[in-house]
Amino acid sequence: MSAVEHRFGPYGGQYVPETLVPALVELEAAWVAAREDPTYRAELDALLNDYVGRPSPLYLATRLSEEVGHAVYLKREDLNHTGAHKINNALGQTLLAKRMGKTRIIAETGAGSHGVATATACALLGLECIVYMGTEDMRRQAPNVQRMELLGARVAPVDAGSRTLKEAVSATIRDWVSNVGDTHYVIGSCVGPAPFPALVRDLQRIIGDEARAQILEKAGRLPDRVIACVGGGSNAIGTFVPFVGDEAVQLIGTEAAGDGIDSGRHGAPLTVGGRGGVLHGSYSAIMQDEDGQILEAHSISAGLDYPGTGPEHAWLRDTGRATYTGVTDTQALEAFKRLAELEGIIPALESSHAVAWVLGAGRETATSDTIDLICLSGRGDKDLAEALSKLGLA
Amino acid sequence: MTRTETGVDRITAAFESARGRAALMPYLMAGFPDIETSVRIATAYADAGADLVELGVPFSDPLADGPVIHAAATAALESGATVHNVLEAGTRIAEQLPVVLMVYVNPILARGPERFAAELAERGISGLIVPDLPLEESEPILAACDAHGVALVPLVAPTTPDARLNAIGRTARGFVYTVSVTGTTGERASTSTDPSHLLARVKASTTVPVALGFGISNGVQARAAADAGADGVIVGSRLVRAVAEAVEQGADPAPAAGSVVAELAGALVR
Repeated sequence: MSAVEHRFGPYGGQYVPETLVPALVELEAAWVAAREDPTYRAELDALLNDYVGRPSPLYLATRLSEEVGHAVYLKREDLNHTGAHKINNALGQTLLAKRMGKTRIIAETGAGSHGVATATACALLGLECIVYMGTEDMRRQAPNVQRMELLGARVAPVDAGSRTLKEAVSATIRDWVSNVGDTHYVIGSCVGPAPFPALVRDLQRIIGDEARAQILEKAGRLPDRVIACVGGGSNAIGTFVPFVGDEAVQLIGTEAAGDGIDSGRHGAPLTVGGRGGVLHGSYSAIMQDEDGQILEAHSISAGLDYPGTGPEHAWLRDTGRATYTGVTDTQALEAFKRLAELEGIIPALESSHAVAWVLGAGRETATSDTIDLICLSGRGDKDLAEALSKLGLA
Repeated sequence: MTRTETGVDRITAAFESARGRAALMPYLMAGFPDIETSVRIATAYADAGADLVELGVPFSDPLADGPVIHAAATAALESGATVHNVLEAGTRIAEQLPVVLMVYVNPILARGPERFAAELAERGISGLIVPDLPLEESEPILAACDAHGVALVPLVAPTTPDARLNAIGRTARGFVYTVSVTGTTGERASTSTDPSHLLARVKASTTVPVALGFGISNGVQARAAADAGADGVIVGSRLVRAVAEAVEQGADPAPAAGSVVAELAGALVR
């Protein structure tokens, strides 16, 4: 029995080139040791408090609540340093890599949030940082490219395929295969070969741990529904996991329905069902054709524009513990605008998918007593140009 | 045609007939530039002295491959390659040379390991190399291959420690594919380290032949691999590049790739 889960039901595993297997074994051992080590925990906790600004607030969004007719709380990961939940994982993994004696950090990024978070952690810890990013994402998330460069990272453009997140992950894995001796791959989501899905979840569960305590204090009870967007699914898994044992709490993951599930242009492998497959080292719900070729995803949100998802989400879906549903580009854009108008909060386009569900389908199934808790995983400054142009406001 | 001979037998025989030199196993990206040309390229390989052929199934996300093979896979998929027509081509190529199929794990899982292995056996394809299937995940596919006499060829790398090497060596069928460098597929001006030590470690771990690949692109490097103890030499990106360059120039890729194989074969014969 492994100390870190390799499988979630049938999902997970380690489908990687042999060259990487010893590195995964080393990483798993290092993580098991680090998470038990008070020195590592203390160092990480101090940074999370004093540098990131944790705990992030849980905010009762009063005007949004009025609009939908029931209470909606926002877990404000957008207020973290670097503007998203990604920093929780990036700092944890970078500290771990330093402990392991790795001098070179590589990462993929879609929306740029994980790239910025990793570049930030590397600046803080004095490590070399290379971030792979699809050229289409470099175009639509230009401010984050500039941030990463200012932070001393090198942004490596990836021109293959759809030039988005899937290709960026592939390019990062290829770099790792070639430089595995001195390099750690800070993967940005709860995807990839074991131990990454469990490692990233462990580093992100601080979101749910805080939120659960905060809502008990503020509302006096658990929420009825916890809602988070799912690309790879790290903010969602971190938010969900502490609530999994609370059977009355519904867990809702919102995937990118893109142009609409029926259009085929989406990033919603959990929502559409279908058989499992291997992408980027683990077996999970993925978008694939009958030959097992991976399909290209589509979403207005670069962070959700991914044809795979974390293996633990696939298992939460199959067991019925969590429910996954699609939110279209149009619905997400409306929510982006609406939250800005109602609450003075500009959400990331990714997080807008969670807000959109509460404004739409979730509102219809709520009563006035319902309490919703949304993980507002990031802020939308990075998305302004793209969103305003799509909204016809630019 | 009756096939009492299994895929494992056919691979074993190919290595045995190459004893005294090293078996030459050129790689071919199936469907690049198209299926018919692929079959002709394989014929050119056979005529030029190849002992076996590694037939690559194009995959959308080839994590173990460098840019040359990745680009060829993308082009093959765009030109209409499917698992079905690649396997059909494999049947035709197997009339000339033992075929070892190189395929990423997801197309195998999409058909199901049992159905996939059965189809390889029916089609006369001898072996299977799966670059993203380490020992830990290999059991269902190994069982299906064993049931059908198809050789599941494992990969080992310079990073593989001895204990793990022994575990992999015990489950090897056909031969062990030794990755000569810590990296993805692709030509290298010089293979920086002498592979003798790595090859000796791998040979001590297994009873089947040991082939060396990744980064071998010319006769000198192939000869050096054989001299260092490799029972087989695998050449990939150099040949895919020869095909790509011929296509770009509007020339026939088959003789272009064949002449590279002839040079490699010449270097392996003393």
